[in-house]
Amino acid sequence: MDGFGSDFSSGAGSGKMDTGTIIEQVKVQIAVANAQELLQRMTDKCFKKCICKPGSTLDNSEQKCIAMCMDRYMDAWNTVSCAYNSRLKRERARI
Amino acid sequence: MDGFDFNSSEKADASELQRMIAIEQQKAQFQAQVHNFTEVCWDKCMDGGPSSKLDSRAEICLVNCVDRFIDTTLSITNRFTQMVQKGAH
Repeated sequence: MDGFGSDFSSGAGSGKMDTGTIIEQVKVQIAVANAQELLQRMTDKCFKKCICKPGSTLDNSEQKCIAMCMDRYMDAWNTVSCAYNSRLKRERARI
Repeated sequence: MDGFDFNSSEKADASELQRMIAIEQQKAQFQAQVHNFTEVCWDKCMDGGPSSKLDSRAEICLVNCVDRFIDTTLSITNRFTQMVQKGAH
């Protein structure tokens, strides 16, 4: 992720930034927020599914469960994304 | 924006930028909705422990879940509108 974490104040000398740079920054910020949202919700669901009785550590079965749960959650996210996109297309076609 | 003197090419840049930002905002809104649907539909469709892959039953359930949730939203909006209109006189 080029530019992520780097100094975003390029163009400060001229006082202007070009459109391309600004849009790239916007995209990065949105992508970061999206990833945070995904991880937060995934953690919530996978904790509920995998950790029945919290012990003093995460045992092997719990770790495996978490790993599988993450994969399934991302599969589910992609399925939902496609389904929503299809629905929007169908609705637009009706108008 | 006091003190700023925009010439015509800067104005064109600014409106192009606004247009492009609006597109990114729309994409972000789409993704926010996907997050919401996934959260709700996970509970409805993924029972038991996580499996090694997404089976077709769960996948069909997720797709239906999204459509039914949208239908529910439309249904509620329409009926609520009717209720408000009736209450108006």
